[in-house]
Amino acid sequence: MELTLWTYEGPPHVGAMRIASSMKDLHYILHAPQGDTYADLLFTMIERRGKRPPVTYTTFQARDLGGDTAELVKRNISESVERFKPKALLVGESCTAELIQDQPGALAKGMGFDIPIVNLELPAYSKKENWGASETFYQLIRTLLKEAANEKSKINPQRWKELGRRPKVNLLGPTLLGFRCRDDVIEIQRILSEQGIDTNVVSPLNSSPDDIKRLIDADLNICLYLEIAEASCEWLKRNFGMEYTTTIPIGIENTINFINEVHNKLDLPLTNKEELENKSKLPWYSKSVDSNYLTGKRVFIFGDGTHAIAAAKIAKEELGFEVVGLGTYSREMARKVRGIAKDLGLEALITNNYLEVEDAIKKTSPELVLGTQMERHSAKRLGIPCAVISTPMHVQDVPARYSPQMGWEGANVIFDDWVHPLMMGLEEHLIDMFKHDFEFVDGHQSHLGHTAVNSQNHEDKHKTENIETGVNEIIWTDSGKAELTKVPFFVRGKVKTNTEKYALSKGLAEISDETLYDAKAFFS
Amino acid sequence: MNKVEFYKETGPREVFCGLTSIVWLHRRMPDAFFLVVGSRTCAHLIQSAAGVMIFAEPRFGTAILEEKDLAGLADAHEELDKVVNDLIARRPEIKTLFLVGSCPSEVIKLDLATVAEKLNKRFLGRVQFLNYSGSGIETTFTQGEDGALKALIPLMESTDEEKLLIVGTIANNVEDRFKKIFKNIGINNVESFPPRQSTDLPKIGTNTKVLFTQPYLSDTLRDLQHRGCEILYAPFPLGIEGSTKWLLAAAEAFKIPDLKVHEVIAPLANRARQAMESHKKILKGKNLFLLPESQLEISLARFLHNECEMNLIEVGTPYLNKELMEEELKLLPENTKIVEGQHVENQLDRVRKSQPDLVVCGMGLANPLEAEGIHTKWSIEMVFSPIHGIDQAADLAGLFSRPLKRNQILTTKTLATHK
Repeated sequence: MELTLWTYEGPPHVGAMRIASSMKDLHYILHAPQGDTYADLLFTMIERRGKRPPVTYTTFQARDLGGDTAELVKRNISESVERFKPKALLVGESCTAELIQDQPGALAKGMGFDIPIVNLELPAYSKKENWGASETFYQLIRTLLKEAANEKSKINPQRWKELGRRPKVNLLGPTLLGFRCRDDVIEIQRILSEQGIDTNVVSPLNSSPDDIKRLIDADLNICLYLEIAEASCEWLKRNFGMEYTTTIPIGIENTINFINEVHNKLDLPLTNKEELENKSKLPWYSKSVDSNYLTGKRVFIFGDGTHAIAAAKIAKEELGFEVVGLGTYSREMARKVRGIAKDLGLEALITNNYLEVEDAIKKTSPELVLGTQMERHSAKRLGIPCAVISTPMHVQDVPARYSPQMGWEGANVIFDDWVHPLMMGLEEHLIDMFKHDFEFVDGHQSHLGHTAVNSQNHEDKHKTENIETGVNEIIWTDSGKAELTKVPFFVRGKVKTNTEKYALSKGLAEISDETLYDAKAFFS
Repeated sequence: MNKVEFYKETGPREVFCGLTSIVWLHRRMPDAFFLVVGSRTCAHLIQSAAGVMIFAEPRFGTAILEEKDLAGLADAHEELDKVVNDLIARRPEIKTLFLVGSCPSEVIKLDLATVAEKLNKRFLGRVQFLNYSGSGIETTFTQGEDGALKALIPLMESTDEEKLLIVGTIANNVEDRFKKIFKNIGINNVESFPPRQSTDLPKIGTNTKVLFTQPYLSDTLRDLQHRGCEILYAPFPLGIEGSTKWLLAAAEAFKIPDLKVHEVIAPLANRARQAMESHKKILKGKNLFLLPESQLEISLARFLHNECEMNLIEVGTPYLNKELMEEELKLLPENTKIVEGQHVENQLDRVRKSQPDLVVCGMGLANPLEAEGIHTKWSIEMVFSPIHGIDQAADLAGLFSRPLKRNQILTTKTLATHK
């Protein structure tokens, strides 16, 4: 048993939901009790989706357990297939159903549907969300391409030449609730098309089972997120000989390396090599004198494996920071992260416990934290600037504007997102430095209506004001004061002013709790 | 009872489980900790429902079952012991620790009562341990509070003192207002359950008259009855009408004439009616569809029909306790359609067919319905906002008028939503 106050990753079936919700014409039958439907809000609220996840929860209850829960599963499968008419079906269980062992996948397969059925076995008591997403994507590809694997000859990444067409690649790994996936896909497609490379299929995001069947029309797979797509890329390599890229194009050097890797694998000459370094503003912004103060800034990095590794490289080599801590919650990526940390002379922090991360931040006393939304909170508590680089997803991580992490624009976004919090830190520092100046007597002063007088005058003025307002000041009774303190602090000022305005207009001499409610009703 | 139409429905649901109620219970009793014994799903559910992110170390957590716990390789009781020791060492200010059962712990029949008993002996005088189930195979959303309160009842001492006990979590400021109004009416000995401190439990007995603020406390009701408490049946204090009748029920039990109550609340009611006017203008004549979630649906339907003049298309409720809801049902208009349980797909078909002006639903459904051009109010706000009492009637109406008003303001009506 493990005490968990907060978790970076959800259970593995949420990973499966990410695959199902990312796709079209796919439906997921989840053998689960009613409470598991909470996961829908991750998509509809955090990701602001205007569509329900394509998931049917069998909703078994305690009273069903003595009876026939298998019948319940079958009823839900029949109803869902008829209603949603999916082209493929995922069938699986959440943690509780795993314990009652109804084997819904086997049940579904015995029902005689003529659509592919993927039986998902996602061990809820040992695995987590990203693993579940990876396994689901892999099992889906395997199920849909099983037959083709037996007959198909190997795919040579250079076959596009013989076929007399432009090279075609698949982008694998982007999902809903993945960090900036929506925009990364656009950025990478743009970069590839500039090089004369076509996109065959992007999956899982916005793809269908039919698209997955077309994966083998491509010459090469681009693995964009190792956590989600590495297992699938490996399987496609084993069964179809399809090569895949391993460089994640986050940061300038990685993007250039990525483009080189794609060209090498496709045996396509790279014609605009010299241009590449100038595609993003990051290199120049980083060189410009204003960025001198970034040199050696101590930075602590924690996130999923893919983004933490990329962040370490960018921080050290492209922004000139000093990486003082590196870690991940992705157990599956632990070895890779440990390797990178070792190169930096650090010991990687591999944990799912946010308090351990907060503790590590405290101990390394960095000047910037690059982490998840949880590290943002920890950093705020510690008074350290922070930028978010990784899931778990927060509504703020789905910005309205185009803001990828990958490619040239991704590098621009990263420069802004990481450097601006530091500048804010600098401002804070300046304010701190000048706080003994008289302008700052009452905290941060506005330029509006602030009279620059010496502090003696300031005090005198304050006194007279008090006397003046004392004449027609309204008395707050004890009940009134008590009621006012119950108003949330951020609107208390407004409530106070409004109530006084109301009392004045009514010619009242004092304000009781009732007056407060009278005023509230009056202004509503 | 008038002619209300009752239907029952079963099928796939779209509701939270009882664990969710921890989100407001832990805020009501800041000296209590809620330890769910469950899976990663439970932990993920609570953190997601609690507003996605937490800002400080929370007073709830999950002892996550691992494979070795299930395979019997580890003694679950010993493992839980370790987790509890850790927790108490880290949070010495905890006075009450609730061990909360979940779907997996219920299925593997983990005996939390025995664990709690042992821990009580060990931590005697320092921390009290209680257990209840918030599992989704037994409870829906607000029913978790029912379980937690029921677990506290055996700790409440007996008394013959005459008192009014108001039962069900409400916002602290609402509680203060109620106490003041009761005092003005002439009922001075008023206590609340749950209390603001878990150790500050009210005493109860045959002279305790119980008035419920929330409709979802069936088990608590039964146990209070067993302890000899007198249950006062009334509509729930939502809106002017419900609150008035609720106060009148208390007054009657304390032999205070109705006139006194009306005298005290008349100015409050007048002011509330005035404040409600602007909301009523928006809500009047609009068609309302309530999907099941919190069990507040029937009371809300009554308020929105009787005081805001909305038309009721369908009132869903996850569970219907006719005894506790009798006074509410009497106030509903003729032929109100009440559906207990849920088949979410069939229900959404009915929503689409009836094209309501407003749907009250959970967060999983709100944006998808909005994307279909159907306006929604997500229901979880009802359990987090102060909505009880006459003084809050306009705020309550405002929760429903706001989405409609917003739609009138926004100029872009046809949206390419992100499906």
